[in-house]
Amino acid sequence: MATVEEEEPPLVLVHRPPNFNFPFKHRLQTRFCLLDPLDSDPPESTHSFFSRHSASIRVLLCVDPTPITRDLLSLLPFLQLIVGYSAGVDHIDLDECRRRNITVTNAGKAFSPDVADLAVALLIDVLRRVSAGFRYVRAGLWARNGEFPLGFKLGGKRVGIVGLGSVGSEIAKRLESFGCVISYNSRRKKPSVPFPWYENVYDLAVNSDALVGCCALTEETRHMISKDVMTALGKEGVIINVGRGALIDEKELVRLLVGGELRGAGLDVFENEPDVPQELFSLDNVVLSPHCAVATPECFDALEQLITANLEAFFSNKPLQSVVEF
Amino acid sequence: MDSIGVLMACPMNSYLEQQLDKRFKLFRFWTVPDKSLFLASNKDSIQAVVGNASAGADAELVEALPKLEIVASFSVGLDKIDLAKCKEKGIRVTNTPDVLTEDVADLAIGLMLAVLRKLCESDRYVRSGKWKKGDYVLTTKFTGKEVGIIGLGRIGMAIAKRAEAFSCPISYYSRTKKPEINYKYYPSVVELAAHCDILVVACPLTKETHHIVNRDVINALGPKGVLINIGRGPHVDEPELVSALVEHRLGGAGLDVFENEPYVPEELFGLDNVVLLPHVGSGTVETREAMADLVIGNLEAHFQKKPLLTPVV
Repeated sequence: MATVEEEEPPLVLVHRPPNFNFPFKHRLQTRFCLLDPLDSDPPESTHSFFSRHSASIRVLLCVDPTPITRDLLSLLPFLQLIVGYSAGVDHIDLDECRRRNITVTNAGKAFSPDVADLAVALLIDVLRRVSAGFRYVRAGLWARNGEFPLGFKLGGKRVGIVGLGSVGSEIAKRLESFGCVISYNSRRKKPSVPFPWYENVYDLAVNSDALVGCCALTEETRHMISKDVMTALGKEGVIINVGRGALIDEKELVRLLVGGELRGAGLDVFENEPDVPQELFSLDNVVLSPHCAVATPECFDALEQLITANLEAFFSNKPLQSVVEF
Repeated sequence: MDSIGVLMACPMNSYLEQQLDKRFKLFRFWTVPDKSLFLASNKDSIQAVVGNASAGADAELVEALPKLEIVASFSVGLDKIDLAKCKEKGIRVTNTPDVLTEDVADLAIGLMLAVLRKLCESDRYVRSGKWKKGDYVLTTKFTGKEVGIIGLGRIGMAIAKRAEAFSCPISYYSRTKKPEINYKYYPSVVELAAHCDILVVACPLTKETHHIVNRDVINALGPKGVLINIGRGPHVDEPELVSALVEHRLGGAGLDVFENEPYVPEELFGLDNVVLLPHVGSGTVETREAMADLVIGNLEAHFQKKPLLTPVV
């Protein structure tokens, strides 16, 4: 793309956690001028930095989980776009964005296959006791005690997907190939989707053998996998969560697991990361993952492509991808 | 039928054992102090043998049981049965195909995911409290990886179907190319290994397929390649595999079977790119019950002179 005259690269404000320099920053810097308060010399507070550059900022690249509050937004009167770095946008004040007509994009489909892969991996692990079986072998128990206790078949299990967005759809596609029977709950029924829709998570749980949490965390979805829902799922029920920890009433989940009231759980997210309830550590029917559903190099490559494409599209007035609807 | 003697080769399933005990005169081979003495004293009372992946009916056992009419295996694999000897003596042989296909395929994918995404290791990481100090390492994406299947029978096809749902391109090796199949065929295992990211063993164990995964195949698979074995331990040259993993010449392995079960090479325990399972391919409550019902069904059919349900010989 040849330019006729010398042009200043477009300005992008960066909001990131300290000590985290996202991996493709240097490549972005070849196309855009990145303004990052944490790079300022002499050091300058985010507040002051944002205010000083406010007149020229239309785009903010937000590396999660640094929150974007109403206060912070008020420093950027010309902001039109927030480019998110994750699938979740619960760290962004969406009400304020709606009021100000600020567009928000997230990682969208870039992450979905990896998150879906991990959700399926967790479900197989819990039902077929993969991690537990490996522990058994490592402890020398196969030779000593003989046959490892049986697991449970995936085929025919009714899996209820909580939130059939991009991740949920990828999970459904994968689990269908294992012979699982899929149904879902989401804000609105999706007419093009062949699976049964339940209006609320409770009804979904009544009709499922496993629930997979993979929706966004909002005020409505906080603790939506409640004590009642988990009780409805029943003693042979499995809970998988690759969304946000707070989708589940974690205290209740722990109580039910410890009491043998659930078949098992596979969790990549927790209410208070990196703190994980210690009671879970001694359970054989639980698989714990340190919020790494997207932690593959391929995921970050896909994210880089998406973010770069969206920034270029914005500055060329072209349509954006993975715009969050709120 | 409680005068019909059935010899159960080893402990394999309590539901099956109960059912056999109820219906036949059951002899539990593993409880006898002197096997040769037992066989000499009971040879005329045994008409059936029930075996599994660990113990079946080799030539010696078949010769020792002159009244043997049927060998019913609690497995789909027949490598522990001397099929030629059984055929020679007119002894029927049955196995448990189809009912366990899905479970084994599910586990193959489960192993692929667990190895690539380091699921067991990251679980250990959390339980050890290390997550509080820092994030776990990056792992490797599974979706889209090239999956190479050795043996495209029932289990191989079921693995392919599942891997396709993860957008994995499929390739395979089998004795002959299958013209009706759309997957890419390679005429040798080494070529298959050279062209895939994940190689999975899904063929029967025979003389020809013993050590079908040897040093050349392991080298072709390489430091980024992953081997998955849900077949039989002897499909893989285990000492070669162990040294390749320990020396980082192979990217990783997910193993459900070993050459000398229940012994698993301890050199593998310290690696973060392996997942080792105690032969649980068909190990679900639902499937083992279905397998047991098939064993009983075959035995009853035979002794009632009805057609066998799943005959092999």
